[in-house]
Amino acid sequence: MIAIIDYSMGNLGSIKRKMDRIGENSIITSNEQEIKISDKIILPGVGHFGKAVSEIRNRKLWDFLSEQVLVEKKPILGICLGMQLMAKSSEEGNEEGFGWLDAKVIRFNVSDKIRYKIPHIGWNTIRLLKDSPLFEKINLDSEFYFVHSYHIQCNDSTDILTETIYDYTFNSAIQKENIFGVQFHPEKSHDAGEMLLRNFVNL
Amino acid sequence: MYRPRVIPVLLLQNKGLVKSVKFRNYRYIGDPINAVRIFNELKADELAFIDILATKENRTISIDFIKKVGEEANMPFSAGGGIRTLEDIRKIIEAGAEKVILNSIAAENPGFINMAAEAFGSSTITVCVDVKRDFLGKEKVWFKAGTKSLNADPVKFARQMEECGAGEIIIQSIDRDGTMEGYDINLVKKIAESVSIPIVALGGAGTLSHLMDLNISVSLSGFAAGSMFVYHGDRRAVLVNYPGKEEIVKLFKLNC
Repeated sequence: MIAIIDYSMGNLGSIKRKMDRIGENSIITSNEQEIKISDKIILPGVGHFGKAVSEIRNRKLWDFLSEQVLVEKKPILGICLGMQLMAKSSEEGNEEGFGWLDAKVIRFNVSDKIRYKIPHIGWNTIRLLKDSPLFEKINLDSEFYFVHSYHIQCNDSTDILTETIYDYTFNSAIQKENIFGVQFHPEKSHDAGEMLLRNFVNL
Repeated sequence: MYRPRVIPVLLLQNKGLVKSVKFRNYRYIGDPINAVRIFNELKADELAFIDILATKENRTISIDFIKKVGEEANMPFSAGGGIRTLEDIRKIIEAGAEKVILNSIAAENPGFINMAAEAFGSSTITVCVDVKRDFLGKEKVWFKAGTKSLNADPVKFARQMEECGAGEIIIQSIDRDGTMEGYDINLVKKIAESVSIPIVALGGAGTLSHLMDLNISVSLSGFAAGSMFVYHGDRRAVLVNYPGKEEIVKLFKLNC
């Protein structure tokens, strides 16, 4: 079973519906016990980094999630803001992130502001930097749907799974052992996105 | 590689799909959920739903309907029509939409855009700026489904919306709506070059060459159209259609 973490930020229903379509049991939850008995965790999120940190803390899930990920080594997939939360810090707010990755989140700093508008909204491709079960059977020309003004920047290049170009090259997916994260929305990315979620479910 | 989005805009009157010409002469097209299924098959980039009667009838776009779209759609979608409160937005996002489209409330109370962007993040908030020329040929912002004039210049209004925290602006030409004669290139270009948030053009597209013409003139985030994706041929037979991926990639190659 997959636990989809509910902290009142983002479109959880569409992830749940994808899980239903894949044929995987899932539960939208902020309950410790339910997360504990799940095999895997999806951490979604749309909105403000600082607000997300307080919402998770308010639900007393902050240390518990870290334990699930770092000690229990439960596979986790962060989506969009959910991935950004895995970094140590963000330019969007003063709160510290989980710090599971040696990374920070920065605002897009494009040089051509007329051509490359912020937020980066739309379909873009990825370049895979290392083999990963997450991208198995996914055509490398596939496009994924992005909506974001901030992106993660890894200090340890071995954590970077894919890169994407929007004016400049940024880290668009990460993997460190059991920790996976994607900046784009697989639940909204047609067949390639569904395959990625299927790969995560089948880890 | 990044490329602009090609976005079918589906107009609703309650739960029926309709299409207009210059915001009038509404014609019934069919069942919107059926259209979503077809756009899934055709791998559309994104969809937008606007209930054009909602404001007039003092209600919001149906949440049940958005839930149904959310269950079907394999792509992101936005929804608008009669949205006036943060609670409306919360319900729509929870029902499965990525973004909300605001029009009348943005014209009447720009401060609401600040509040909405603060609560849900800019990337959730799209403002649709409807533009019509007055009898002197001056472009003005209109709202309430094109029935009321704000007497504001569209470039200034777009800048104001950006300052308020809107994440995206749809520029809709009422004069071109449903004509299928091409986008109002000057209008779109003028606004796109005055703001640094994504701009989507709407109103007038009839063929892929209209998208190409606009793309050569200005870098946009999205090219939206209504009639083009629901009509086929000179006699406007109803046929839901969408260009193939290769066509889209080729279309935008020149200016990428």
